[in-house]
Amino acid sequence: MLKKYFSKENICWIIFAAVIFTLITFLMNVGVIGSYYQITLYNICINVILAVSLNLIIGVCGQFSLGHAGFMCIGAYSAAIVVRSMSNLLGFALGVGIGIVISTIAALIVSIPTLRLRGDYLAIATLGFSEIIRIIVLNLKITNGAAGLSGIAKLTTWPLLFVLMVASIVIVTNFSRSRQGRACISIREDEIASEAMGINTTRYKTTAFVIGAALASVAGALYACNFYVIKPDLFTFNKSIDILVMVVFGGMGSMTGSVIAAAFIGVLNMLLQNFSSIRMVIYGVVLVAIMIFRPGGLLGTKEFTFSALLHRKRKEKGRK
Amino acid sequence: MTQFLQQLVNGLSLGSIYALIALGYTMVYGIIKLINFAHGDIYMLGAFVAFYATRYFQLNFFLALIVAMLFCGVLGVVIERIAYKPLRHATRITALITAMGVSYILEYGTQFLAGSDVKTFPEGLLGNLTLELGGVRISMQQIMIFAVTILLMLALTYIVNRTRMGRAMRAVSVDEEAAQLMGISVDRTISFTFLLGSVLAGAAGVLVGVYYNSINPLMGMTPGLKAFIAAVFGGIGIIPGAMIGGLSIGIAETLVIAYGSSLYKDAIVYVILILILIIKPAGLLGKHVKEKV
Repeated sequence: MLKKYFSKENICWIIFAAVIFTLITFLMNVGVIGSYYQITLYNICINVILAVSLNLIIGVCGQFSLGHAGFMCIGAYSAAIVVRSMSNLLGFALGVGIGIVISTIAALIVSIPTLRLRGDYLAIATLGFSEIIRIIVLNLKITNGAAGLSGIAKLTTWPLLFVLMVASIVIVTNFSRSRQGRACISIREDEIASEAMGINTTRYKTTAFVIGAALASVAGALYACNFYVIKPDLFTFNKSIDILVMVVFGGMGSMTGSVIAAAFIGVLNMLLQNFSSIRMVIYGVVLVAIMIFRPGGLLGTKEFTFSALLHRKRKEKGRK
Repeated sequence: MTQFLQQLVNGLSLGSIYALIALGYTMVYGIIKLINFAHGDIYMLGAFVAFYATRYFQLNFFLALIVAMLFCGVLGVVIERIAYKPLRHATRITALITAMGVSYILEYGTQFLAGSDVKTFPEGLLGNLTLELGGVRISMQQIMIFAVTILLMLALTYIVNRTRMGRAMRAVSVDEEAAQLMGISVDRTISFTFLLGSVLAGAAGVLVGVYYNSINPLMGMTPGLKAFIAAVFGGIGIIPGAMIGGLSIGIAETLVIAYGSSLYKDAIVYVILILILIIKPAGLLGKHVKEKV
């Protein structure tokens, strides 16, 4: 049993994550990554969680959701409300927990009727639901309406952020390689055929949708506890599109692609801050250009794995 | 009762505008299955062109309307040629993101060129005449909205049902390849569809600018989404469906503002959307198509 968990591949991944963590921590302590770049770095990590979780819904399960910002909104507000009265890590954990519970319930309510819909109709329905969530938040007392909540303690630290990011990537990749994940992939490839093979399509679609929504709410909590203020304006339809762009740009179904795309778009946004007046115009042009020249995304469905790397090395040795 | 009728008139004028935008969405979706999110921004540009035409070139309302419609029509065709044509056989999501990119370019490009401040049309463009029918007040702007909308819809129905190009449009939307084999130029037909849709959106922009008398570069986002919902409500791809959908959404929204709370005016639209998708996913006039294996 232990051998299964500590396979060569998994050890490689653990070392890889540890090296990246140490390297970035070192760079932050030395001062190469200053406070300005740190904001970008934190943003990228949060976006990685969002992109990976949406990739589970769109890339792995093939369900076109345009409502990811709604779940992020739920997570952000739950965490913010709890943390404002209990500003320590316990409060954060409690806020994340509440966020996950609410967004799971919301995802179930959304998915059971709407996942019967296909393609564009599903996209519009999820878009409608996420706008309804935003309008509810805009009109509730506890969320303080359009002004939003401020004075949220900054509890998002670099180790916490990194651990949660790695955890979400592990959850999503493990899910997509599990029995349930393979069922999801078969739904993506051909829904009718997989139904005929005896796969309970509604159940697996709902599972993928709920996991994606829960992770998005974690990302929302991290966001709220990093930026001090949250407003309903932050979670509009455009935010959902931003997340979708990362998924499609990276390659649908490729988690490596999502991570790279989130980093690329984070850096691009940072560079564009200098041209604030035409920032969004350049962003639009880049979007159109990327989609025209690489419609399948950066990596397509390819994935970076250590097992492939090790396998190739072994092959080369064998040839010698 | 008088108040209800008054709200109905207001709802119909708002609904006419949604209907004009929804027609463009529905035609484009019917022919290339693309949710053209940049369509709302074409509507915004229609309002801006009319604003500059009336304010700086002192054109009257009708000339400004025609100029704006022409500008938007040409712009729609140009966008289709540059941004959507290379992606005609790519996945839907790719095309959708391209549409969002175009939308950002139009919105923020206008904001950069024209400034983000709210602009107002010159006063007295249509006169301040108001009709009163049994206590219901109908302003000159509303009459103009009804007249222009009815005229454009009649023209559109004629074009789609009676002309060669209209027949080509319908053929391409049913089966692109078969239409091509029958000698129809698919590229030209798609461009023509974009032209028609954008012309209608441009007209809607001018009407809204004159009606509410204030325009800004980001005004196209929400009406664009709502018009799209109107198209889905009526049955996407079906032209009479878009008209009915637009009017219904406009009336529902006005009634919620009048009798409920204006805070929930957007929520009602999304609730209608979700209800129709759950109860009758093909839309009000849509036919349910069985999926073949």
